Amino acid sequence: MDIFAQQLINGLVLGSVYALVALGYTLVYGILELINFAHGETTMMGSMIALAVIGALFGVAPDLPGIVIVLTGLLVAIPACMLLGYSIERVAYRPLRHAPRLAPLITAIGISIVLQNVAMLIWGKQYIAFPTTLLPQGRHEILGASITDVQIAILVLTVAIMAGLVILVNRTRLGRAMRATAQAPAVAQLMGVNVNAVISATFIIGSALAAIAGVMVSANYGQAHYYMGFLLGLKAFSAAVLGGIGNLAGAMLGGLLLGVIEALGAGYIGDLTGGFLGSHYQDIFAFMVLILVLTLKPSGLLGSKSVERA
Amino acid sequence: MSDLLRIANVTKHFGGIKALTDVSFTVRKGEIFGVIGPNGAGKTTLFNALTGLYQPDTGAIDLAGTSLYRRKPHEILKAGFARTFQNIRLFHNMTAQENVMVGRHTRTTSGVLAALLHTAHNRKEERDCEAYAQQLLNRVGIGKHTHTLAKHLSYGDQRRLEIARALASEPKLLALDEPAAGMNPNEKNALRDLMVSLRDEGLTLMLIEHDVKLVMGICDRLVVLDYGEKIAEGTPDTVRHDPKVIAAYLGGEVAA
Amino acid sequence: MNVLDTLTGKAKSRVWLTAALLLLGLVLLPFLVEASLGKSWVRIIDLALLYIMLALGLNIVVGYAGLLDLGYVAFYAVGAYCWALLASPQFGLNLPFWIILPAGAAIAALFGVLLGTPTLRLRGDYLAIVTLGFGEIIRIFINNLNAPINITNGPQGITLIEPMSIFGFSLGKTQDVLGLTLSSPHLYYYLFLLCVALVVFVCVRLENSRIGRAWVAIREDEMAAAAAGINTRNIKLLAFAMGATFGGLSGGLFASFQGFVSPESFNLMESIMILSMIVLGGMGNIPGVILGAILVTVIPEALRYTGDLQRVLFGQVYIDPADLRMLLFGIALVMMMLFRPAGLLPSKQRKREFAEDAA
Ligand SMILES: Nc1ncnc2c1ncn2[C@@H]1O[C@H](COP(=O)(O)OP(=O)(O)O)[C@@H](O)[C@H]1O
Ligand SMILES: [Mg+2]
Repeated sequence: MDIFAQQLINGLVLGSVYALVALGYTLVYGILELINFAHGETTMMGSMIALAVIGALFGVAPDLPGIVIVLTGLLVAIPACMLLGYSIERVAYRPLRHAPRLAPLITAIGISIVLQNVAMLIWGKQYIAFPTTLLPQGRHEILGASITDVQIAILVLTVAIMAGLVILVNRTRLGRAMRATAQAPAVAQLMGVNVNAVISATFIIGSALAAIAGVMVSANYGQAHYYMGFLLGLKAFSAAVLGGIGNLAGAMLGGLLLGVIEALGAGYIGDLTGGFLGSHYQDIFAFMVLILVLTLKPSGLLGSKSVERA
Repeated sequence: MSDLLRIANVTKHFGGIKALTDVSFTVRKGEIFGVIGPNGAGKTTLFNALTGLYQPDTGAIDLAGTSLYRRKPHEILKAGFARTFQNIRLFHNMTAQENVMVGRHTRTTSGVLAALLHTAHNRKEERDCEAYAQQLLNRVGIGKHTHTLAKHLSYGDQRRLEIARALASEPKLLALDEPAAGMNPNEKNALRDLMVSLRDEGLTLMLIEHDVKLVMGICDRLVVLDYGEKIAEGTPDTVRHDPKVIAAYLGGEVAA
Repeated sequence: MNVLDTLTGKAKSRVWLTAALLLLGLVLLPFLVEASLGKSWVRIIDLALLYIMLALGLNIVVGYAGLLDLGYVAFYAVGAYCWALLASPQFGLNLPFWIILPAGAAIAALFGVLLGTPTLRLRGDYLAIVTLGFGEIIRIFINNLNAPINITNGPQGITLIEPMSIFGFSLGKTQDVLGLTLSSPHLYYYLFLLCVALVVFVCVRLENSRIGRAWVAIREDEMAAAAAGINTRNIKLLAFAMGATFGGLSGGLFASFQGFVSPESFNLMESIMILSMIVLGGMGNIPGVILGAILVTVIPEALRYTGDLQRVLFGQVYIDPADLRMLLFGIALVMMMLFRPAGLLPSKQRKREFAEDAA
């Protein structure tokens, strides 16, 4: 088996998930200059809700085709997360839009804690298994590496979603309003853009992406956990910053890149350090790369370099 | 009169925008030197390039024999070149007095240890700094606002506070970017008197100003920028009648 | 500008009386707490004091200099592990506190500068994420530096750490002092109280100094600060180093107090908690930060009593209070921020304004 090719595939799959979650961060940041710290938890809720629905449906109708059961779970999780994202903005951010900059950061942290603990109370502290038998079990060989049906589905779905998002932002009325609001909220308002509606829409879109990413990640790894949103969110945010926060293409690039770097890093770190550091250092790659890139290019890979006006 | 500031071929481009191209001139000690030109001519960019907030692309900048080219802003201030901002940049949540005391940073020395131990030197320095700041507040005419937060001052008073903060560094050269903008006629007169008295005490001033009457009345000499290039230099009278200048201003304004 | 000078004789004596009462209250506090709430609460107020030190340290970086640091707990970890490694069976060392504490603080300060240097050009949220990454890197290293050479003992952490011993007087066991029998948490309480007093003193002095003004100027407008003659690079590094020093000191004290450290104690949530203390209390304002630290430490502990509350209300415990308390804490955090966005005790400047209006 070719380790490089295998880790590349694993990295792209992982990176797809990071990218989808990163898009949620970047969309919100682009418009509000706010780190939606609770976004990782929205992803986790997406996983958990989908798993709950899948488990219940499998219980009452085990004869349904597996893929139908899983898609039902996804289709319940998406609107549920949309509603969640919308509510988070209304409750925790909108009242603080003109407050000191760190105030919404703290409410975001509060909401994260609440969501984690609600999930823990509902679903318990243990890992919840994804009934992977419901999913296609195919495995294919390419370039000396193997790729599962689930991984192919993740990659294809991610590409499709990104294409859809690009069209939404660049070609539709809503997209135009979003871009206008991101550039100059006050002007957009004067030009008749309903800024509040645009902001709500942004949260809703980001949350839908998070729900999909949440289901993907639990399908890929076969499990979910009430605490999973934390590290996932952290890395996805790192990915968004890496690509240049506020920049859609940057979030996609940053996510994929981070996933690949992490997977390759984990695969090779032992060789690179003569066995001194093992693969459990995987998590530091995300942060090392992030620090390195930002030190060299403070606005991220695709972020526009701007001289601060004096 | 001797030369204080000499700049040669200063250029600053932002991507395709040629904000400054090959600008050269000399400011003499003890004069009020005007920098005028239409909006977007590059006047503010010139100040930024001179005071180290922007890195000039090329050029030479020389203050009383020291090169300031590509030096850090704090080094330039320490060398004796202070400035104010067109879009007032005060420390909003600090009091007027504290703003001015920050301006004295380079002329004071107390570090962490001195502050912790309240050494005799430190206490004296703090007392002197407070007194100096109060004196400057009085001087610019906002002496009664010692403990008012900068953000709660009126617009004109904020402009004056910026001047006081700049003066606190005991500069040789003070560059004012549209100090009269938004001031009423009374405030403008007070400002003019302040500038004149500062000059009479030996300070050299550079002044960006749109109020033609004010600028023509007070400046000893001036340069005119247009599209980032110097199009004229000289006394108010020569500049006023320069055809290039009249063209740049579409005839009307400068003659007023 | 001594405030006392401006007061009349009568007012002056009132200030002294208040101070004396406050001091007396603080001295008696552990006894009152033990008598009313139980022994475990003495430990909780000890922890609250530690968090006050941490929060005041972070306040220098975030509150004064305006640098959003989400990896502050890394310095706490450095100080704690410094103590743990130099005074435990891990390496068979037992160095005295007057070596370990300064060493821990110095190493933490070095880390502060190390972190600060590459991040100087970064602004706001970018700085936040880089510092956060730095904190995680430190934690991951601590978590994994048990192989191939065992330094930190990995996820198990280091146990049997020597307690603070001041020239032979151990704070780790019950001692008789002036005829009173004081347990270890009581002894640590007085030590920590002293340390907090010291930290407050340092913060007050710095706040009203040339350096403190330079920090606030950078927070308010970095470019204007540079134009006003401040070497922003050095002054920002100084803020990182000072904050880290306090973090390192608190870490050492924590290790000696707890007798046990593990990477778990130094995760990102901890950094976030410390940040929430200062934002909640009132950034840049010392009394506010202290209040915030106390609330964020005490509220989750107090919420352990929701079991009793459930029993009273419903006759039985439906939800384990240990599971419920963080949920309630999260809700409390959101509510407090919504009602007081500038913090519970916002900065002093406002008071000055009032004084002026009255004059
Ligand atoms: N930081 C910057 N980035 C890009 N363009 C800039 C920047 N600062 C100034 N400019 C451009 O340089 C030109 C000159 O601007 P400025 O110096 O502010 O003009 P003035 O002060 O004479 O009105 C303008 O076209 C302006 O848009
Ligand atoms: Mg200008």
